[in-house]
Parts: sequence; C-alpha cells; structure tokens
Amino acid sequence: MSERDIPGDELRELQRRLTILKIGLLLVVGLLALRLWHLQIREGPYYRDLSQSNLTRSVVLEPARGLIYDRNGVLLANNVSSFSLYVTLEDVQDHEALVQKLMTLVGLDESRLRKKLSERASKLIPRKIKDRLTLREAAQVESHRLDLPGVMIQAESQRNFPTGRTASHGIGYVGEVSADQLEQADYADLHQGSIVGQYGVEVTYDRFLRGRAGQKLIEADALGHEKRTVSVEKPRAGDDLYLTIDLRLQKLAEELLGDEAGAIVALDPKTGEVLALASRPAFDPNVLSRELTPKQWEEFVQHEGRPLTNRATQGQYPPGSIFKIAMAAAALETKTVEPSTQIRCAGGYQFGRRFYRDWKAGGHGLMNVTQALVHSCDVFFYTAGQRMGIDTIASYAKLFGLGSPTGIELPSERVGIVPSPDWKEKARGEQWLPGETISASIGQGYVTVTPIQMASLTATVANNGVPVRPRLVRAVMDRATGRVLELPSVPLSRLSVKPDTLAIIRSALAGVVTEGTATRAKSSLVSIAGKTGTAQIAALRPGPEKDIPKKLRDHAWFVSYAPVEAPRIAVVILVEHMGHGGSAAAPLAKQMIEAFVKLTPYEPRVVQSGSEAGPILTALQAQETHD
Amino acid sequence: MIDRVLDSRQFDSFDWRFVAVGCAILAVGVLSIYSVTYAQPGGGLPLYVKQLIWILIGGAAFAIMLLFDYHQISRVSYTLYVIVLALLVVVLITGKTSRGAQRWIPVGPFAFQPSEFAKLVLILVLASYYARAPREGWMQRVVLPGLIMMPGLLLILKQPDLGSGLSFLAIYAAMLLVVGVRSKALGIILLFSLMLFPFAWEMMWGSLHDYQRQRIMTFVDPAYDPGGKGYQALQSRIAIGSGELVGKGLYGGTQSQLKFLPEGHTDFVFAVFAEEWGFLGVLVLLALFVGLIILSLEIAYTAKDMLGALLAAGIIAMICFCVVVNIGMTAGMFPIVGIPLPLMSYGGSATVTTMAALGLLLNIKRRRLTLFY
Repeated sequence: MSERDIPGDELRELQRRLTILKIGLLLVVGLLALRLWHLQIREGPYYRDLSQSNLTRSVVLEPARGLIYDRNGVLLANNVSSFSLYVTLEDVQDHEALVQKLMTLVGLDESRLRKKLSERASKLIPRKIKDRLTLREAAQVESHRLDLPGVMIQAESQRNFPTGRTASHGIGYVGEVSADQLEQADYADLHQGSIVGQYGVEVTYDRFLRGRAGQKLIEADALGHEKRTVSVEKPRAGDDLYLTIDLRLQKLAEELLGDEAGAIVALDPKTGEVLALASRPAFDPNVLSRELTPKQWEEFVQHEGRPLTNRATQGQYPPGSIFKIAMAAAALETKTVEPSTQIRCAGGYQFGRRFYRDWKAGGHGLMNVTQALVHSCDVFFYTAGQRMGIDTIASYAKLFGLGSPTGIELPSERVGIVPSPDWKEKARGEQWLPGETISASIGQGYVTVTPIQMASLTATVANNGVPVRPRLVRAVMDRATGRVLELPSVPLSRLSVKPDTLAIIRSALAGVVTEGTATRAKSSLVSIAGKTGTAQIAALRPGPEKDIPKKLRDHAWFVSYAPVEAPRIAVVILVEHMGHGGSAAAPLAKQMIEAFVKLTPYEPRVVQSGSEAGPILTALQAQETHD
Repeated sequence: MIDRVLDSRQFDSFDWRFVAVGCAILAVGVLSIYSVTYAQPGGGLPLYVKQLIWILIGGAAFAIMLLFDYHQISRVSYTLYVIVLALLVVVLITGKTSRGAQRWIPVGPFAFQPSEFAKLVLILVLASYYARAPREGWMQRVVLPGLIMMPGLLLILKQPDLGSGLSFLAIYAAMLLVVGVRSKALGIILLFSLMLFPFAWEMMWGSLHDYQRQRIMTFVDPAYDPGGKGYQALQSRIAIGSGELVGKGLYGGTQSQLKFLPEGHTDFVFAVFAEEWGFLGVLVLLALFVGLIILSLEIAYTAKDMLGALLAAGIIAMICFCVVVNIGMTAGMFPIVGIPLPLMSYGGSATVTTMAALGLLLNIKRRRLTLFY
C-alpha cells in the first residue's frame, strides 16, 4: 500500500507488466504464424486446387426489374426472358478464332465485339458481349460450345414495353449503367453491365425498380463451361410501380396529337395525379432499351422532331395569352385595376414610336378584366402591364410557378424563363427595354413555360389557389413483403392570392368557353373552363397563315379544367405550329375532358371539396405561418 | 513551461527505425490495394491514389502529434472526448448508411468515421485519468474509467460497429491491466465477467444485425450458410492457403481478382497480401508488425512518467488488438467482425488515426530525456 504512494515505484510496476504484455503478444503472434503456416504450407496444395486451377467462376445473376402498371393495373413495362452471351477471357486461348467464330454464329458488329473484348475488366469475370440473342443464335452457340472455350449463354430477363410508344416519355427506357452513374452513391451497389433506368420513371424510381443482383458460383471445366453449381445467391426482383397514368386517356391524348408535334397533360387538380402525359413525336422504348450502335444513337438525337425531348416537361414555349391568367391575378391583387375598371380597346396600343396591335383588328371596345380574359383582349393587358411594371409581373408569374420546376418525378425538367431586367442583364448582358414589358404582358417575347407548368397553374386556379405537385407514381409494391405503399400527394401552401381574385378569374375562364375565344371547347356533357393561347415564334407576319412555312407558324395552346363547379380534371394542350389555340387546341381538350367524364363517372368524395375542405386548409395554413 | 526548443537530444531520439518500419507497412498496404483494385472499372481516382492521399493527411497528423508536448495534448483530452461523442451522435442522426450500419459522416467527396478517432481519444482520456487520479480502491480504478468509456461504447454499438466496439473494450481492458489491477480485484472482474457472460451474450446477440449474426454463426458452424454468405470466410481461407510458400505474385491473386473477397481492399487486405506473397511474405509482414510493436513497447518502457507510459500502453493495445483480430479473422480463427488491418486496409479515418497514434508514441520517446518542469 505504502509503496504505491511513490510514483517511481508505480512506474516500475507498470514496466513489469509491460514485459508480461510483450511475452503475451509474442505468443499470440506465434499462434497466428502457426495458423498461417498450417493454411499456406500444410493445406496449401488443397487450397491451391480450389483456387489456382480456376475451377470456380462467379456469375452475376441479374435481377428482374419491377413491373410498371397504369393506375388501373394495366401492364406498361415487364420483362421477357432472353439469352445473353458472355465471354470469360481467362478461358479463351485463341482470341482471333473466337472473334471469327462469333461473327459467323451471332449477328455482331466486329468493331464493337473487339471493343467489348478489350475493355479493362478482370479476365476472370464473364463479360457480357451481347444481349437479346435470338433463339436460333443461342442454339447455334450452344451446339458449337466445344469450339468456343470461355463462351457462355445465360438466360436473363430483358425489359419489355408492351404498349410500345404509348406513354414512352413518362415510362422511359433502360440501358446499361454508364460510367458516370457508377460514380454516384445511388448506383454504388451496381457493376458494369447492370441494367438501370435511363429515362422517365425508369430512372427516377430506379432505386425501387432495380432489385438486387444475385451471384452464382460455378465450378468450370477446362473450357470454362459450367460443370457444377457451387452456390447460388438468388437475385431479388425489383419493386413494382403503379403510375397515376390512365392508359385510356393517355392513348386518346396521343391519338389527338396524331402526327403533330406537341404535348398534352391531364391531371387531377386536387391530388396532382397525372392522368395523361403525352409528347409527340415519341420513341419506342423497346428499341432504345437495346444496345444501340453509335450511328443509331446519332439518328435518335439528331432526328428533326427531337423524339427524345419530353415536350410536356422539357419543351419551353412562350405561353401567349395563357399568361393573361397570371396577369389578371397580378392586376387585381395589386389593385392596378378594380373588377369594374374598364379600359378601351381600339385595336392597339401606342407606346413611344411603336404601335402594339391587338389580335382583333377593330378592337374590343370597353373591357373590364373579366371581359378582357373572355375575349383575350391584348390592349387591356398591355395597359395593365405597363402600369404594373415588369418586376411586379415577374413576381406574380413566379408565384404561379413559372420559372421553377413543378417537381414532377421526371429527370431534367426545364423551367422556362420569367424575364425581368435582372434576368436580361445576367443572361444577355443587355438593358431591359420598356417595350419588352408590353410584349411580356401578353406572354410573348422572352417569357417561356413548359406544358407541365401550365397544367400546374391551371390546377392551382381550379383548386382555389392551392397548388399540388404533379406526380406520376401512385404506389410502390414492395416485392419482399408484398405490401403496397401508397405515395401521398404533396400539397403545397396556398398562394397568397385573395379568393375573390381567383373567383373572378374562374368565372372569366368559364366565359372563355361559353362565349369567348374557345367556344369550340363547349361540351354538352360537362361544363368546361379554359383559356386559349397562341405562342408567336416569328415576330413578323408577312401574309395569311397558310402562306407561312409550317415551322414558322405559331404554337396553339389551350389550358382547361372541368367541371367548372367542382373541377376533377385539368387538361393542357400544346400543338406546335398549328396556329390559334381556339381552333387547333381547344377541341382536343374538349375530347379529353368528355372522355374522362365518360370513363370516370362522378363519385362524391369522402371529404367534400368546397365548404368542408375550406376550414381544414385554412387551419393547415395557419399552422404553417406559425411554424 | 513549454519546451518549444528542439535541442539536439530530441533529434537524436527521433527514431528512424520506428518510422522506417511504419512506412514499410504502409507501402505494403498501398501495393495490395493497388493490386486488388487495378482491374476494376470505373472512373475517378483509383483507390490506391486515394489511400496515398490519406497517408499524406496521416503524415500531417503524425507531425502535429509529434510537435506538441503530449502533456499539453492530454490536457485537452476531455474536450476532445466530448467532441468525439458529439460526432458519434451526429453520425447516428445524419450519417451515411452502408451495409446496414450508420458509420460515416460525408464531407465532400470523402466520408469519415468518428468511431476510428474515438479509439485514440479514449486512450488519451483514460491515460489522463489514471495519470492524475489517486487510483485507490476498485471504484476509482475500474468503475469510474468504465463509466467514462461507456457513452462512447454505447454510441458505437448503436451504429452498429461491432469491430470498433470491441477495440474500445480491448483498450479499456489493457489499460486496466497495466495500471495494475490488484490480484483480488482482477479475480472479481474475471468472476463477474464469467457470470455476466450469458446475459451479455444474450444482449449482444439481440442487438446484432442479421449480417453480423450470420458472420458469427458462420464461425461457430461453417455449415450454417444461408445465401452463400459464409463464402466470405471460406474464400478468405482459400486466398491465404493457395498462396502457399512464395505466393502467386502481384496481380496473381485469383481469389481477390475474382471478387470472391468483397472487402479485398479493406478488411481482407491481409488475405490479398497472403495470396500474392505467400507464407514468406506473411512472415516478413508479421516481422514488421512485431518490430513496430517491440519498438513501441520500448518507448512505453522508457517513458519518463505515468502519463507517457499509459498512453504508449493504450496505443500498443489498440494496434495489437486490430492486427491480431484482423489477421485472425481472415485466417478463419475468429468470427468476421469489421476490424481493419492498421496501416494496410484502405480507409481514411483508420489510417489517419493510426498514424496520429504513432506520432504520439514518438512524441513520448522524444520527451523522455527532457526534465520535469
């Protein structure tokens, strides 16, 4: 006890114990060495047999991707089994002979085959040379297997899209994981040659769809062919997706567009569920999911109609008169005009030295804001825009979601342009010209939007100022548990626009169809509200429409919702180079809405819209402001 | 108070043998990582280059630990411990999950693992505690230090990181032993651990993840092999065994090249090395590790005060434990718990921590001749 009080003694005691530690350590290392001697020297030949003679090969078992269904359970994407050809370089003795032999048996591009064979990867791991072999090709290779050391045919599932081009922009296509993707954390568990989504929900929901690869350990013979399976870790199939798309409406939308380039979006304004999302021209995902040659790729990318562009989310067009919805809200909210304020339209607006024409040559006469929307009077909005100034216009456009992504689950959504002096300074290094405010007031000039943004804006107006995020996937079915996970809709906070203002706009939009520019959308089945738009793409109009070459003609817009009293669907039509919205786009919307009403007869909602939803939403909003 | 002046005696005491052995092990590690990953596709920095970057950062940590007097470092040990505990909480909340465990905090393109740093900080805290405390009675000798260790241990096990948790316990146990648990106390501890073992086992087993249970079951019963996962252990043994006397040569490791060893560059780097360099290479590597530890023990032995000796003992315990358990598990002697091989396995946090610990060791040696102040 007393000796411990002297530090020196304690240190000496510690040193004594260190010596014990040293002896113990040497003993343990000695044991390790003994064990390693046992493994490497005594049992070495046995383990060498297991490994050095390359008896075993590991083969990746690709998982089947999850299936994709429409909202009613109609199959949109599945897998069909097919054969893939693999080569294990370690087992190939004569490179040249293999190339020649494969060329005669299987339809292969020689330079691509050589490239695949020289790719930097382990010689011991089978590399995929070709997928989707025909039955004949597979049989040919199998019957020549003695002449083809290191060649292996593996049955795998391949992506298949039974509906072909239908809804191809929403569903997307798949392809081999790229080097860039492999760098990302989301793709960390994949390997070269894995199939992943490359477009549409196939890519945004790839995490669910992809499943997990398995592994098979085989004992190979001297030619590298499977002799015996050592162990199998089964692949796990991916989760299934249920889209919000209604295939029947989707097909109708695509038929309505026909051969014209354009986009149609239909969604439920209450939930944001996208019922149809059509973009023409389309691509065949079955073709794109195959391995394309660089030349084929070039054809797709450089195709004049740009089929790989999803016009609904990536096409950016001037909104034309649709922009007047946001303008009317801005003018009323800022009290630039009162509901009763009248402005005289005499067919044009003089500003400086330039005369801005109204689309109606003689003018509309005296107009209040409702009438101006119904008849799409340009002069009214020129005047209102001039009074408000571009910055106010821009802030209201942004309030309605312009210039930002809607958040739909599709890759590379574009956002369009909300022009302002700041924007012009940054983007072009030029000063804002006063006249540009006037063009912007009727949605021409620099303003651009995407059809999905317009669908979101229309839904917001129809939904009493409460925006929802458009969405394409309704539910995910977990393969492991069989449980269906319903994805909730994403309500956003109510726009800070007075209910009165929106009521005026809604009544005007109803008037557009009953007596205004879109009487061609009038339906005997259901009341429709809407707004026409014409996106000018060439500033000057030298003569009558039919003389203008087609690619310089205006784009036709129509946004709509129905029924007017309790909206259940919002439809946006954009047809490129088809002229006026009222004549080219409005009738298509009518057909979409009528089809929807026939397909889904009205069912009363559990939570009534209108009065009962009102307090809940107000309460939610109050909560938000407190947060 | 602070001996900032580097006099000639301090330079003399800079142990070049120690540094040379450490560098040799680092070089062997980089070579093995290079060998196992060179044929793997994918752009970006190759892993061995990343590991070299880590070694550079580790070199900086080594230099920093060498620069300050270890008494100064020990003075901030409790602060460091609180910071590490905070990081361990952060990792549980926002950390990156990999293989069912949440261990990493992403920083830019890299991710660091606070549980690695925690080991070194635990050594600092326990050494400072024992160097200062009166060390009377089992309460102060055993229970209090145990309570100090507990929050860190629990946070690490929560991740769950069984390997780092066991390292924590090993450090604690080693410090207890060298500080001198009186034989009576030692007997009591042994008795208690024996009695508590069934309960502890039950608790541990319940808190384990499926893959960990599988690993342990694979150890206990090699035939227990759902989904072929037990192949990791077998493949590691095949890799080592098939290396035989002289090995298969660089890149010749068919086992690792085949990707039978999923962690060939990290936890199973020893198997890669043993396959490619054979038993002779293994003996050289073991000699290097033994050399490093003998030199470290010398430092502990000649330390001028309790703090120095205790720090050295803790660091030696940490390195020994990792080396023995890692090699033991790759050779099929222990169950597979995720413990990296010090200075060889790929991994930033572990490399930097180990190199900082070596810097601290050399610091203790450097100052053994300076006078008390």
